[in-house]
Amino acid sequence: MRIGVLAFQGDFARHINAVTGHGAEAVAVRTPEGVERSDAMIIPGGESTTIGMLCERFGLLEVIRDRIAGGMPVFGTCAGAILLAREIVESDQVRFGSLDIGIRRNAYGRQRESFEADIELASGGTFRGVFIRAPKIERVGTGISVLGSLDGNPVLIARDGIWAATFHPELTADRRIHAEFLEYAATVATGV
Amino acid sequence: MSNTLWSDRQGDDWRTKVGLAEMLKGGVIMDVVTPDQAKIAQDAGAQAVMALERVPADIRAHGGVARMSDPKIVEGIQSAVSIPVMAKCRIGHFVEAQILQSLGVDFIDESEVLTPADDQFHVEKRSFKVPFVCGCRNLGEALRRIGEGAAMIRTKGEAGTGDVVEAVRHLRTVIGEMRRISVLPKEELMSTARDLGAPYELVVEVAERRTLPVPNFSAGGVATPADAALMMQLGAEAVFVGSGIFKSNNPERRARAIVDAVAYYNDPDKLAKISEDLGEAMSGMSSSAMAEEERLAGRGW
Repeated sequence: MRIGVLAFQGDFARHINAVTGHGAEAVAVRTPEGVERSDAMIIPGGESTTIGMLCERFGLLEVIRDRIAGGMPVFGTCAGAILLAREIVESDQVRFGSLDIGIRRNAYGRQRESFEADIELASGGTFRGVFIRAPKIERVGTGISVLGSLDGNPVLIARDGIWAATFHPELTADRRIHAEFLEYAATVATGV
Repeated sequence: MSNTLWSDRQGDDWRTKVGLAEMLKGGVIMDVVTPDQAKIAQDAGAQAVMALERVPADIRAHGGVARMSDPKIVEGIQSAVSIPVMAKCRIGHFVEAQILQSLGVDFIDESEVLTPADDQFHVEKRSFKVPFVCGCRNLGEALRRIGEGAAMIRTKGEAGTGDVVEAVRHLRTVIGEMRRISVLPKEELMSTARDLGAPYELVVEVAERRTLPVPNFSAGGVATPADAALMMQLGAEAVFVGSGIFKSNNPERRARAIVDAVAYYNDPDKLAKISEDLGEAMSGMSSSAMAEEERLAGRGW
């Protein structure tokens, strides 16, 4: 199974480390062909405007959108979650728009307000969340599961193969969330 | 003595500080002096802007003492864009840094481009909630700044010249020194730390990991897409562009081309297309022709 990590900008290298550390193959993706060759993708943290713009300029936007619609598993963290959202509050920026959620950028404030906190997982237990100029999911469409929350707000959600986190699991050493996504992706890739 | 490395012993806010620097890898940070320029930068794909009163080329031309920007300029730029906004304080001027933190800038650049306020000491950066970026010319300087709490390093280059030679020299120096210490036996690291003028614990970490504990960006003299790609191929993780964009004759196109060049820094076919028809680059000045006192890179202790 090959995990394509969108590598225009942001902390894609941290995701590549997380995936390879889990024993899967990870490749940096910057071209439409790279998208086509991926069994699943990760959209990293970074600046969502920059990443979206480069996807549009270099022909990746439609390809990624179509692959997601065709069932390719995808995991977006922070900026990646913003790019997956159908609705971005007060913004008309370029996006994939694959997930029926409403999200607000920089909802906690500027970098001064960035923080760490323990997230409550729906499966039980907690996960250390690093929130950096993080967005907030303000609306969750039907059929979407909340897998993790902070103070009652959803911060990790999924619908089938589309996963989104408003924090950065790639910045901590705990690989549980990556492992779960990769296990899901493997079942899709092998058609089990 | 614990056997964990220096980075692993830092507190929670270290991870959010270095984390923002991680989010800025692979992109371009542009100097801007007005909200309109900030919008042009954002629309071109800049991942962050540096809010200034004057770009470095104009600081050189203007002469006199260069200080922190008027808060009004910073606030105007903050309200014009959604991407992170950075701003510069003078070396050692912790009150300018306090003011910039109060304004809510996302990164403070304790910068040699402004006139130093202290000729011996830098700002103690750990006690700030906002992360700092600092310039360096070599590994010792980088590790001293990280020891003081800088969460991002940029090699200095020679700002405001449009001449990339100093940026290349500084980046090659830092990377070469890291390569050299990575093969040294442990018993040689203490004397190496003394010679570099760097904290021992950080020298040990770099020797083991072969990389800086924080992202390492490039600055000072980048004027073309090829310059930006050169710095990336040499090992920079992102690029600051100061005067190079808004001192050129087509800032929109050049800004976009430099963003594209950093995204495809390893693809010469794409770089050829990206570099086409951009109009005149900033005319610039050769840094080798400059007198020692005109150089900004020597500021920093």
